[in-house]
Amino acid sequence: MSRALVTELLRANLPARSLITDPKALKPYETDGLTAIRELPWLVALPETVQQVEAVVRICRSHGVPIVARGAGTGLSGGARPHKDGIVLGLSKLNKILEVDVDNCVARVQPGVRNQAISDASAKHGLYYAPDPSSQIACSIGGNVAENSGGVHCLKYGLTVHNVVGLEVLTVDGNFLELGGKGLDSPGYDLLALLSGSEGMLGIVTEVTVRLLPKPPEKRVILAAFHEVKAAADVVGNIIGHGLIPAGLEMMDRLAIEAAEDYVHAGYPREAAAILLCELDGIEAEVESNVTFVLRLLEDGGAYDVRVAVEPEEQALFWLGRKAAFPAMGRISPDYYCMDGTIPRTRLSEVLESIEQLSRHYGLRVANVFHAGDGNLHPLILYDANQPGQLERTEEMGGKILELCVAVGGSVTGEHGVGVEKLDQMCSQFSAAELDQFHRLKEAFDPELLLNPGKAIPSLSRCSEIGGMHIHGGKLPFPHIERF
Amino acid sequence: MHGDSDQQDRLVEAVAEAYEEQLPLQIVGSGSKVFLTEPTTPDSRVDPGKLLSIAEHSGVVEYRPEELVITARAGTTLKELEQQLAREGQMLPFEPPRFSGAGTLGGAVASGLSGPGRPWYGALRDAVLGVEMINGRGEFLRFGGQVMKNVAGYDVSRLQAGAFGSLGVLLSASIKTLPKPVAELSCIFELEAGAALAKLRAWAQLPLPITATCYVDNQLRVRLSGAESAVLWAVDQIEGDVINAEAFWSQLRNHDIDFFRKEGKLWRMSLPPSTPLTDEPTMIEWSGALRWVYSEKALFDWAGQQGGYALPFNGDYSTQSFLWSDQELHKRIKRAFDPAEILNPCRVC
Ligand SMILES: Cc1cc2nc3c(=O)[nH]c(=O)nc-3n(C[C@H](O)[C@H](O)[C@H](O)COP(=O)(O)OP(=O)(O)OC[C@H]3O[C@@H](n4cnc5c(N)ncnc54)[C@H](O)[C@@H]3O)c2cc1C
Repeated sequence: MSRALVTELLRANLPARSLITDPKALKPYETDGLTAIRELPWLVALPETVQQVEAVVRICRSHGVPIVARGAGTGLSGGARPHKDGIVLGLSKLNKILEVDVDNCVARVQPGVRNQAISDASAKHGLYYAPDPSSQIACSIGGNVAENSGGVHCLKYGLTVHNVVGLEVLTVDGNFLELGGKGLDSPGYDLLALLSGSEGMLGIVTEVTVRLLPKPPEKRVILAAFHEVKAAADVVGNIIGHGLIPAGLEMMDRLAIEAAEDYVHAGYPREAAAILLCELDGIEAEVESNVTFVLRLLEDGGAYDVRVAVEPEEQALFWLGRKAAFPAMGRISPDYYCMDGTIPRTRLSEVLESIEQLSRHYGLRVANVFHAGDGNLHPLILYDANQPGQLERTEEMGGKILELCVAVGGSVTGEHGVGVEKLDQMCSQFSAAELDQFHRLKEAFDPELLLNPGKAIPSLSRCSEIGGMHIHGGKLPFPHIERF
Repeated sequence: MHGDSDQQDRLVEAVAEAYEEQLPLQIVGSGSKVFLTEPTTPDSRVDPGKLLSIAEHSGVVEYRPEELVITARAGTTLKELEQQLAREGQMLPFEPPRFSGAGTLGGAVASGLSGPGRPWYGALRDAVLGVEMINGRGEFLRFGGQVMKNVAGYDVSRLQAGAFGSLGVLLSASIKTLPKPVAELSCIFELEAGAALAKLRAWAQLPLPITATCYVDNQLRVRLSGAESAVLWAVDQIEGDVINAEAFWSQLRNHDIDFFRKEGKLWRMSLPPSTPLTDEPTMIEWSGALRWVYSEKALFDWAGQQGGYALPFNGDYSTQSFLWSDQELHKRIKRAFDPAEILNPCRVC
């Protein structure tokens, strides 16, 4: 491959402003949200039209150049980390909302459109796009599809895969796949589902059609405080076990509560061992009766302080502490490492207890802020990368937490993806035959392995190197790397 | 077919052997949906293969109602599964057609068909959380799991939905369940098709607890489900006459209403919900997104022009119905799972 030739070909097909080659200007692209993992690409292409995307893919393919798609670069697993011999294909300039089709309750958008922008554009029709990752003001819908992102309201309204009805995907061999559309079913294999969460490995998403929902007329946010983590965790299972699916059901433990409170003063009870935030939405009468029901379960479950926010301002305040929890950690610890394991809901209190034990064993503080309703944990391990050995202990402990999730029947990642970050943990979740099947599937789309090579699925040799498909403490990946 | 029986080892062995000898296998559950894919004039060039029955591989493996997940072997009948769920006040959200009543979980996943509640409760594939399967090389594989959120690796579990067993022999599936709604009421309206479609589309923009709609023979039925207060409120909003339609929804789901018994060639079309109506006899489900039309004309192109697709639902199952958007890619995916093309070879020809 000749870089000069490829650059020249790209120049002939893209406007000058769409190519970045100057090392200084390339700098912002060397990492995604997992800022510890860096690699400078030799070129960034920022096409402005789908035709230009096609040209970039065609040129790269004929010269064997790896392509790393990138949306807004907010990913937390290094999925958009550049390849040292490849280009970054940034989709951020494809940022047009092509259509808000009110009759069909869908929006057709380009991949670089920000998640929040879709709801903003639909608001005047009383409609919105339900999946709401905390990063929604920044992250792109193309990135959401590639990660199958979730958010606080996915408990009731589903993940990205449940809310996308159509995709246009450019495969590496230059074909456009039209998957789904404005209808609900599509013929053939369910490639729409397969592409969701495929981390830019199977194709480039060039257009997305999402389903829009009518805004619920009423909502309430309940904040409930507990003296014991276990009691809070048990109520979570109880609410859902009773057949009620809240719009959101989140949990924070003491360390998270204190940090958030110090940071944004949301009025959280600082002495609580845990709080639950429960949002209920729907029509007024329904919301009222559900609130009554949940309040009873909370009281029976040992909540000692329960508040119901009716006014939008107060609701926003309740959520503010939760949403600010990550940055709040940055104020109480030089570094933190965010995990993303999922577990069956009924194992919640048991797993939290084990995490607590691990925390004591490793001498590292852990704050828990997470999507309790769907068992998606985000333990934040607090550490100081400047203290010799702390990072290694953090990573070892993180690995243990993910192993624990797998052991109780969960997964190493619920919504942040594998990227480069969790490649080793994948070895503990999947057998050699299963990993091999993933690789074969990848090759069906991309036989020359040009799309985001090396991400998401570990090679079999990597897994056997780290020890017979299982992680052994102390042999975690990238020991030199500091974590976001 | 009832009760617990673990045939995994036998099935793995059978597929491994077939792979070794490059002999095709025809996977069957109860055989209730054979008509969906069987060409009326079999392609004599393709050996349909030895029958591999999964009906005996049955039984619920794990059911924790508070987790909203049930895991069952592929040969478990939908009837048995739904009975277990009903005991805990839960249901399969996607309301799969039961056809003859003997339909199995494996068959339901393989055919990927969802019932009347699909736009609101989600499709069958939406509820698939994980599978255990045997690929065409006779390897036992497990994908996904029992948790709601899981992005580790490609979503091979959901890929099995609607793949008609062409990518693997499904051994078991973990399915998301839903609590049965506390209250349910149905309303009926007498009106013309055009007016019905207009009503449906207007309602779709409102936060109504609709969970099924069906327009057939000048009657529009709407099912409302949820909290009692919400359902009563909605009845007021849509101003319909309340009727008892429980039996109707169940028959509709099982394709057991008169509309399915008319003479002629029936088409099932998935379309953008506001697609205009044609003159032919039509039944409308899914708030407009699913149309059943009797037409002697081939509707493939028409549906395509509207941004949807058509499937002939009875009569001649020519290979046309599987004219997928990208044949080559489909074949490569098939071979990625089944390199010798021994699994249900007739289903992807
Ligand atoms: C503060 C913060 C909060 C967050 N909160 C959440 C949360 O609540 N829930 C959640 O799920 N995630 C969350 N995330 C993670 C992240 O925002 C999501 O993963 C998001 O979907 C990434 O979108 P992006 O546009 O930034 O994608 P990028 O980071 O640019 O890319 C992510 C992956 O998608 C691929 N990709 C991007 N665009 C395309 C395309 N058009 N075609 C093919 N592949 C493509 C890339 O190659 C890469 O593998 C959070 C991140 C931050 C920083």
